[in-house]
Amino acid sequence: MGAQLRVYKRRIQAVTATKKITKAMEMIAASRIVKAQRKVQASMPYATELNRAVTAVATGSSAKHPLTTEAESPARAAVLLITSDRGLAGGYSSNAIKAAERLRERLAGEGKEVDTYIVGRKGVAYYGFRERKVAESWTGFTDSPAYGDAKNVAAPLIEAIQKDSAEGGVDELHIVFTEFVSMMTQNPVDNRMLPLSLDKLDEGAEESGTKGEILPLFDFEPSAEDVLDALLPRYVESRIYNALLQAAASEHAARRRAMKSATDNAGDLIKSLSRLANAARQAEITQEISEIVGGASALADATAGSDK
Amino acid sequence: MAAELHVELVAADRSVWSGEATLVVARTASGDIGVMPGHQPLLGVLESGPVTIRTSEGGTVVAAVHGGFISFADDKLSLLAEIAELADEIDVQRAERALERAKSDTDAAAERRADVRLRAVAVR
Repeated sequence: MGAQLRVYKRRIQAVTATKKITKAMEMIAASRIVKAQRKVQASMPYATELNRAVTAVATGSSAKHPLTTEAESPARAAVLLITSDRGLAGGYSSNAIKAAERLRERLAGEGKEVDTYIVGRKGVAYYGFRERKVAESWTGFTDSPAYGDAKNVAAPLIEAIQKDSAEGGVDELHIVFTEFVSMMTQNPVDNRMLPLSLDKLDEGAEESGTKGEILPLFDFEPSAEDVLDALLPRYVESRIYNALLQAAASEHAARRRAMKSATDNAGDLIKSLSRLANAARQAEITQEISEIVGGASALADATAGSDK
Repeated sequence: MAAELHVELVAADRSVWSGEATLVVARTASGDIGVMPGHQPLLGVLESGPVTIRTSEGGTVVAAVHGGFISFADDKLSLLAEIAELADEIDVQRAERALERAKSDTDAAAERRADVRLRAVAVR
């Protein structure tokens, strides 16, 4: 076997091994999307009911609460960025990071200081490399987040928003995550979670099909303020939980797509490499034949010469 | 036919129980509260404790609820809880072990959770 042919053969072998790995990753990601989607579905009833309850309190009571009223001059905002722990998911993490950068610029343009909170190793690495300050970060659960994880993430954010901005608290709470639209489409989005804007709640109600419902006058137990006090942290947790779940589904979908194109590319590469290998083999054979023919005729010439 | 109310018992990550009921008893911050069809609209904070649902078939469903909310309007009642378990799903031995462990570790939150589970089983 010629040297050229051997090189091609070795490369084909290497690419085939890579293709097997990417194919396996694609399959794993595909099966996890379904699981993640099911979790998103399972968390919907709670989110919907909680949304209704928050709308009911916010519209039905005149209670002023730090979490529902806008600060007159918001000085500081918290941004929660949700990325993945692992790579090989195409542009998934970098798209989310870019969306967070845009939001940061916008908030900075409005004269607000931005505190960054990060979920996922990729986001932490991005900020760490640029030596930017991160208020707090969490890693290790982006594949399949549990409600407890959402609670852990929400706790410092709620604490920050309840503090006065003069004492290091924040006035606004934004969340950047990748929304799962379908298997093929995932969009990075940024949402303002707090303070609540009632139009946003209406939009949420529209999605859950309760738009236009006239909310009855509720009797609050023990009081509207207490209910709101207890309700809003749960609301934040539930929103974060939902965002984490959607982000997980999006991550798997992005990884599946990235791995599918990697597998396809490996297939193309194998095809063109084996064409080259065939050509090299053919060239080798042709060369060998011409060498034999040349050798034979040289031999014939030599014997013909010696006969004379 | 007696009036009924529709109950949805949902935990953060799943829907635990839903169906028609004639009476729901739950513990709010200011004491036990019973809700029957036609109750005035209500929104309350739940304490950790057992929730008893009398279904329209005459059966009783008991669930352990770890904090949450009760909201009632238009004969629709929703019980929202971060964690909710039906009494039938609770493994008594495991809960007892958890209670022992929590007591020896002086982990108040875990002790309360285990206690709520056991109380829900006792009501059943």
